[in-house]
Amino acid sequence: MTRLITSGFSHFILFIGILIMIVPVWMIFASSTHTGLTINTHGLQMFLGDSFYENYMRVLLYQGGFFKEITALKMFLNSFIMATGVAILSVITSLMAAYALVYYRTKYATLLFWIIFVTILVPLELRIFPTYSVMAELNLVNSYFGLIVPISASAIATLFFRQFYKTVPDELLESAKLDGANTWRFFVDFLVPLSKTMIVAMLIFMFVFGYNQYLWPLLVTSSEQYWTVVMGLKMMSGSIVHRFAFVLMSMVPPILIIIVLQKHFIKGVFQDK
Amino acid sequence: MKKVQFKSSYSQYLFLAPQLGILLIFLYWPIIQTFRDAFTMQDAFGFGTQFVWFDNFLFIFDDPAYWIAFKFTIIYSFVITLITASIGLLLAVQANNVMHGKSTYKTLLIWPYAIAPAVVGVMANYFFSERFGLLYHLFNNLWGFNWYESVFDSYIYLIIAGSWKQISANFIFFLAGLQAIQRSVIEASMIDCKNSIRRFWTITFPLLMPTTFFLIIINITYAFFDTFGIIDTTTIGAPSGETRTLVYKAYMDGFRGLDLGSAGAQSIMMMFIVLFITIFQFRYIEGKIHYN
Repeated sequence: MTRLITSGFSHFILFIGILIMIVPVWMIFASSTHTGLTINTHGLQMFLGDSFYENYMRVLLYQGGFFKEITALKMFLNSFIMATGVAILSVITSLMAAYALVYYRTKYATLLFWIIFVTILVPLELRIFPTYSVMAELNLVNSYFGLIVPISASAIATLFFRQFYKTVPDELLESAKLDGANTWRFFVDFLVPLSKTMIVAMLIFMFVFGYNQYLWPLLVTSSEQYWTVVMGLKMMSGSIVHRFAFVLMSMVPPILIIIVLQKHFIKGVFQDK
Repeated sequence: MKKVQFKSSYSQYLFLAPQLGILLIFLYWPIIQTFRDAFTMQDAFGFGTQFVWFDNFLFIFDDPAYWIAFKFTIIYSFVITLITASIGLLLAVQANNVMHGKSTYKTLLIWPYAIAPAVVGVMANYFFSERFGLLYHLFNNLWGFNWYESVFDSYIYLIIAGSWKQISANFIFFLAGLQAIQRSVIEASMIDCKNSIRRFWTITFPLLMPTTFFLIIINITYAFFDTFGIIDTTTIGAPSGETRTLVYKAYMDGFRGLDLGSAGAQSIMMMFIVLFITIFQFRYIEGKIHYN
């Protein structure tokens, strides 16, 4: 009986927690299906209206009007390119760097460790203007390269891979050595397949990290051709319902990825078996 | 460290090269320039720079606006950490407690983590707009809420906007921490202590300490840096600069004011604050908690 009561209490608390998370997003969605007039006279809406198709199509495709030179569709493409680039570049470089740190014996081990990991303490926000000058000198402003590479200069994934490699039994390398595997073969044929879960988790983590960038794209893209979705929030104009629709669509890709790939993400980050 | 390793050879550096190369060009080089900026001053016409020792630092210490941002940053990170960790823990304990639907609750509570702070800010903006914001009108009816003019009210606005998505991250980590506690420990404690609330504070909570301290660092980092997108899409420092974090202020001074010397000095101060917190964490806190 007490078990039933405490369990009922738990469900109740969780239900309130979920409401706090879902209701704001739902209201923006519901409001985005109304006309601007309804919002301006009656405020945010709780129930769906009938301008869904009209509002969303206009935001996605309207050429030249809503965002002068760029459609929302192109911004989604840019965000996708940027997030994928950040995910792949940072995961590959981190995978390799962590391998060099864990599987090689060297007297510079401590020095190399600190050179790489102290960077976690200095986020892009703290070196944003000098990073911009570097990009300007290298002529990389307004390019996908400029959007991707400075965001990929992160050792967070390296830290996770290093922790993971340390849990791999020593016997793996011993037997690989007996099979005559060299450093490259051991990495590609043994370690990378073994790290699959962690690789997927880090790809998800870095994709969301790249997609959600706001300040850096704002600074490094003066040409509208390279605008991303999240920075586009700052540039929004037009009717309030179109803005609701754009805000709502902007959160869909990362949320979808987290929900669909949730198991892989949690498995990797928490090393769940 | 591994007992079996490869001998160091040029191939080790081939594996390190891509990451080290990117870090050197896009991280270390800009950091060096930040130091250069912090110790120099540009003349009014931007023709030359002059080495000025600690003038930029002395200038920011003398500037009341810096201390206003400092105060806000401290309060903001403290309150956000407290709120998101408590609510995250509360939800995680309940989710761990239920027999059915655990994974459904997990799915329904995990997704806000993925939303960009700037998107959260824009959403919060709609709920706190004077024209049709629900929360604006609710609070306005309760105590005359007006974040355009009241510092306290703008704090409330930013704390709600900043906490919302971070609850999710705290929930995930606390739930993982709770699930990692061994069944036998829980069962033994159930025999020793019948009161479930006391059991939580004397047995479970101490075992969660590693998770808690990890989350404190995560939340402070979030409040320091990630809230940039939230502030820039909500109060933009309103009423008059009281709701700017140190990072936001440094950016504005560099971008709007074109004062790279001051922005550089502020960035370096921030690096020292982060370094201090990290050392503090390792020295005093990590040593005092028990890992299971």
